[in-house]
Amino acid sequence: MKITICIGSSCHLKGSRQIVEEMQRLVAEHQLKNRIELAGKFCMGNCQNGVCVTIDDENFSLKPEDTRAFFDNEVLPRLK
Amino acid sequence: MLLFDTYVQKLKYKVLREVAKHAYEGTLQDCYLDIPKLISPGPKSTMRCCIYKERAIVAERVKIAMGGDKTNSNVIEVIGIACDECPVSGYRVGPDCRGCIAHRCSSVCPRGAISFDADHHAHIDPDKCVNCGKCASVCPYSAIQNHVRPCERACKIKAISQGENHVAHIDNSKCTACGACVYQCPFGAIQDKSSLLDAIRMIRDSEGNQRYKVYAVVAPSISSQFVYAKLGQVITGLKHLGFFSVVEAALGADMVAYNEARELAEKGFLTSSCCPAFVSYIEKSFPAMKPLISHNLSPMAEVSRFIKSTDPDAKVIFIGPCTAKKQEVLRDEVKPYVDCVLTFEELQAWFDSRELSLGELEEGVLDNASYFGRIFARCGGLSDAVAQALKEQNSDFTVQPVSCDGIEECRVALLKKQKGLLKENFIEGMACVGGCIGGAGCLTHGPKDKGEVDKYGHEAYEKTITDALAQCAYHMDK
Repeated sequence: MKITICIGSSCHLKGSRQIVEEMQRLVAEHQLKNRIELAGKFCMGNCQNGVCVTIDDENFSLKPEDTRAFFDNEVLPRLK
Repeated sequence: MLLFDTYVQKLKYKVLREVAKHAYEGTLQDCYLDIPKLISPGPKSTMRCCIYKERAIVAERVKIAMGGDKTNSNVIEVIGIACDECPVSGYRVGPDCRGCIAHRCSSVCPRGAISFDADHHAHIDPDKCVNCGKCASVCPYSAIQNHVRPCERACKIKAISQGENHVAHIDNSKCTACGACVYQCPFGAIQDKSSLLDAIRMIRDSEGNQRYKVYAVVAPSISSQFVYAKLGQVITGLKHLGFFSVVEAALGADMVAYNEARELAEKGFLTSSCCPAFVSYIEKSFPAMKPLISHNLSPMAEVSRFIKSTDPDAKVIFIGPCTAKKQEVLRDEVKPYVDCVLTFEELQAWFDSRELSLGELEEGVLDNASYFGRIFARCGGLSDAVAQALKEQNSDFTVQPVSCDGIEECRVALLKKQKGLLKENFIEGMACVGGCIGGAGCLTHGPKDKGEVDKYGHEAYEKTITDALAQCAYHMDK
């Protein structure tokens, strides 16, 4: 699974760093480094709805404080 | 408000703007010969001896705007017919000579080149004079002056001399492409070749960023440019030109500062590798010191490499104040990451060819780097950033930098190092006085530029280098 987090200027200002850091922590905590590839992208073309995150080709819009819920509700179920 | 410092810049800009307009209209091949007439409509000449020479020179400028002489490996080029062949008389006694009786001038002259006429006025025999300048330094009336060509005076590394027919000649084995001569020649006879057409083609062929995405990487010195608009409006302007995304070169500076701090702590001594003219100067004039150059790519190349790691099909166009970057991008280790380099002058021409009024656009955002990455644009910023990176790495190594403001200070530091007399352990070399904000490709140069860069630095969302790198998971990749 590839999770891509937008690190363009607009998403950066909306807290993409916190999402990147939290996501790295969660992946490590669940020992999923071999199954999840984390990637960044400078803009995903949907700045109004940032922070933009994709799981493979699916689009999501995230706030930093929702990262854990996103991980539990969207990421983990897709790995099963 | 003045858009440029000089009329020479404005002329270059007009040519670039017309070339870009025709490129968009698809009429360049048919119409490029008409541009000189458009710029110099006549019937009277305004810049040269006659309208025909004036237009012939503009035609040469058109060629340079379209990429210049492909057989010349240097991105800096002399327009032979534009060179005024300024008289070079060396030291001359001017009308302020009072015919005094002290004769300090002749006393200090090591070659006996000074004699006195019936009115007791001094005269210098050009056949004997060796241009040492001692007479000028002792004359109590400052009556003796050195008449040097502006291009030669600008070129502190002495890569310019008089060639055939007294036309300026650039020694490519010495030239670092810093562009000082480009900015200083009062006749605009030395110019930097343009890649504006390549950039326009790259955007067009991306078919609206569908086939591949085109990224602009902008230098932090942009904060002192386009002062008639807000930075956010410049970013929106770039999107209007067709760029998919705009990224700060300053993020590359954060990366470089982080890596350079590690390399410095490991090796104990380094010279910086950010300024391509400084690197080229060491390679060409101090080859024995090459191993001391930091092995890091420049911020431009490093951030471009990172962009391409996130998007392998991306095209990257760097936009900055620097003509030497145009030379850097031809290097094998940089070529794969940066596809094209433009100056702020060229960007202004590009905006205007599309009739984009920046002041009327809404404000976009640009925020990828930390304060420390952003202040690379001015002299001393790099050293501050390396010191900060060492601190963030909890290193016990202490950087003792010598920040060289301009190529002459670089020369002094390198000579000292060569002789084992340099006590500092890090040479920050900036070929342009002031740092990048003094670059030849800037629209304007002014005393407020440094303050603008610092202000822009303080506006960065990320306050530390580590945080700026964490947001793109940079050191996790390493």
